[in-house]
Amino acid sequence: MLAADLLVAQNVGFYLIAGVMVVGALRVVTSNNVVHAALWLVVVLAGAAAQYVLLAAEFVAITQVLVYIGAVMVLFLFGTMLTRARIGAEKDLNNKNWVLGVPVAVLMLATMVIALNDGFGNEQLPLDAPPINTETISDQIFGPYLLPFWALSFVLLAAVIGAIVLARKD
Amino acid sequence: MLLNQFLILGAVLFSIGVYGVIARRNAVLVLMSIELILNSVNINLLAFSLRSGTADGHTFALYVIAVAAAEVGVGLAMVLLMYRNRRSIGLDELAEMKG
Repeated sequence: MLAADLLVAQNVGFYLIAGVMVVGALRVVTSNNVVHAALWLVVVLAGAAAQYVLLAAEFVAITQVLVYIGAVMVLFLFGTMLTRARIGAEKDLNNKNWVLGVPVAVLMLATMVIALNDGFGNEQLPLDAPPINTETISDQIFGPYLLPFWALSFVLLAAVIGAIVLARKD
Repeated sequence: MLLNQFLILGAVLFSIGVYGVIARRNAVLVLMSIELILNSVNINLLAFSLRSGTADGHTFALYVIAVAAAEVGVGLAMVLLMYRNRRSIGLDELAEMKG
């Protein structure tokens, strides 16, 4: 295999970001401080955006930064602050039988890894794929995927109205 | 780059998210774990999109992001309502439907 086929820089970048993402995700589900968990979630979401760039999906990466890191995290921090008397470490963030989650997650991961190795093995991603720019994506959204787009608009409208109705003080 | 790199990263994040949904008692943290799961799905969608060379995966990933935003909005409104009614957001206290 030629050195050019190995894509050293991309692979090093991938593994660095993937490591940071996995550590961040583990901290999200094990941290005993809700605000810290939210901030670790920012790390994971930013890492996901970087992986999208590696996957040649710039538009989705930018949307990820705008929507997730911009809007969703602010919502999470607001939700945390509106529902807690104090910000800080807490004891009872986990269920009593949280240990059950470990074998479930490990079994699920093992099954998926075995299936993925079976199915895709050493398949390489194509290096000469045509770039997918924003124009192509918009042609998709407003072309063959127009009906789901309308449905999504209604979902968002219903979610906004529902959130207002739920959170309103009578 | 191998296709499997991205798929296995997605699988790892998915499993961590599932663990969070099972293990966490705090409703806000369960919502965060669901975000992890949705992001792992997006990584898979984009990896397969690059493999097939079409923009379908990008479109789906954008739709997933929009649905996730709606889900967080409604979810946090429900958490807020729960907090207002019972001064706690522990999911194990919602046991009214238990026979």
